[in-house]
Amino acid sequence: MSENVLEVRQLKKYFSLPRSSGGTVHAVDGVDLTIGQGEVVGLVGESGSGKSTVGKCIVRLLEPTEGTIRLQGRDITTASRRQLRGVRTEMQMVFQDPYSTLNPRMTIGDIVAEPLQLHKLARGRELDTKVAGLLDKVGLASHLRHRYPHELSGGQRQRAGLARSLSVEPSLLVADEPVSALDVSVQAAVLNLLMDLQRDMGFSCLFIGHDLATVEFLCDRVAVMYLGRIVEEVNTTDLFRAPKHPYTQSLLSAAVVPDPKLQRTRQRIVLQGDIPSPINPPTGCTFHTRCPVAQIPLCSDTSPALTDVTGRSHFASCHLITADGTAPDVTHSQTTENAWSKN
Amino acid sequence: MTTAALAVDNARAWRARRLFRRFASRPPAVVGLVGVILVVLIAIFAPLISPYDPAHGDYNHVFLAPFSAGHVLGTDDLGRDVLSRILQGSRSSLSAGLAATLLAAVVGVSFGLLAGYYRGPLDTIIMRATDVMLAFPFLVLAVGLAAILGPSLNNAILALAISSVPGYVRITRAEVLGLREQDYVQAAIVNGAPDRVILFRHILRNCVSPLVVQASITIPTMIIGEAALSFLGIGVQPPTASWGIMLSSAQGYISQAPWYALIPGVAIAITALSFNLLGDGLRDILDPRATK
Repeated sequence: MSENVLEVRQLKKYFSLPRSSGGTVHAVDGVDLTIGQGEVVGLVGESGSGKSTVGKCIVRLLEPTEGTIRLQGRDITTASRRQLRGVRTEMQMVFQDPYSTLNPRMTIGDIVAEPLQLHKLARGRELDTKVAGLLDKVGLASHLRHRYPHELSGGQRQRAGLARSLSVEPSLLVADEPVSALDVSVQAAVLNLLMDLQRDMGFSCLFIGHDLATVEFLCDRVAVMYLGRIVEEVNTTDLFRAPKHPYTQSLLSAAVVPDPKLQRTRQRIVLQGDIPSPINPPTGCTFHTRCPVAQIPLCSDTSPALTDVTGRSHFASCHLITADGTAPDVTHSQTTENAWSKN
Repeated sequence: MTTAALAVDNARAWRARRLFRRFASRPPAVVGLVGVILVVLIAIFAPLISPYDPAHGDYNHVFLAPFSAGHVLGTDDLGRDVLSRILQGSRSSLSAGLAATLLAAVVGVSFGLLAGYYRGPLDTIIMRATDVMLAFPFLVLAVGLAAILGPSLNNAILALAISSVPGYVRITRAEVLGLREQDYVQAAIVNGAPDRVILFRHILRNCVSPLVVQASITIPTMIIGEAALSFLGIGVQPPTASWGIMLSSAQGYISQAPWYALIPGVAIAITALSFNLLGDGLRDILDPRATK
């Protein structure tokens, strides 16, 4: 494996609120992320955890407040729009909403051709052939190239968006919840397509999502975000088999299992309350306010570092994980909690 | 020609045919289009089809009623042929309506795009300036400007155009504010599209429907505005005929010769209505999402 496609170090993105309300939203608060050649990394977390902001900072739709972003070794954190133009063919983004991702006044063919034209990668007949090839690659019938987005279904639009992003053969694709707005059956088709394309074209992918099942299906490695920070990061198998961080454990326990019998009997950890406000994040471990096993004052005083807890690249940030990698047992403590709340 | 190119051509032709069919299936729009074409043709060929010299008076035949021998629409207080003057008047009305609207739209849309896309201090300056202009009623502002600029058709057009710029700025800015957050605009940024491409291809093209509607409202307003300015003596100057001037000279004879006031009034109404109907039709067919 050669050098990493993407290296994000200590990325921070703060939004200042209008003076009247005051304060700063700590949307992303020190995120490290590395994506290797051809690797698919999932970024999961609940709404408001800052996962989309990370994606937008990487493609520089948002200006990072602090930190560095390196794309194939090149520091693009502070590159100007003009300087970025050369990098744009290297990274592309797929958006969540199939209804606003395509310009309603352009035909599908023109939309897919646009990046190629902007970067002067093809013209005339060559462009025609390339567009036809791309549409074929994403499974869109060739006659659709003369159609307008409103004449297409949600799944077809996401395919067209994918074709647009992949037209310049990027080395990194940031997919911001590309399937969460689609029907489940269509989701599966688009996910399969994304996986096939990734295998064929070999691009690296940052897959942002909240649906654990799709992440498990697609990703090599998963980073779990909570309140602007990554709390656990490990290869997909280990994450789903042996999650270490209490937040990850409860997140996994909330996901629906395809087997109804199992679904009925299994134990779920219900977190109390909402995700705290990123304007005024909790001190210490940001999760301690909702953590079923939090030990006050240890967890509320010092912020745990993201460390390799097993020695096999299983990163987690929790004070309660012991040196031998034993994770706190959230399920056990939750049972008592439930019993308590019933009384 | 290659088959691929042929397919593209066919698709274009097919789309044009579909647009035409959509337009043709709207009777009011067709009526509006016919009316507009008629007025435009009349304005272009006015000197050729006028039965008389519109400035030539005949003091032996003043206030002839319509359908008199030789004068289909009668004659005015100076014995000039009303039909000839109506035909000539269509030129100033039409040029005022179209030129003032075009000017207002170009200036207003440009400022609106800048304000909405770049935001910041530029936005504040542009929007406060339009607020100041909007504080004056449209016609009062136009009359004031025309009075300062001096009476002539060109100055009247300029005054009318300036007075309706704020409307275009506001509409455009409001649209741009919504559109710049759309994912396809974000996608264009990710693709490294220069501002000019984003502004014109992705933003302006999606503002077209409200702007066409606005234009279809302003053209008749401009036509009426030109008539008003000429009526007040600060627009087109006699002896050139204008519907506004005709109305203004007719008001002294409203009891003796009511048709004299009615005829230019009807001409203004028909022209304004035609543009309104056409504008409505255009708005409907220009939006690719609109279904019949």
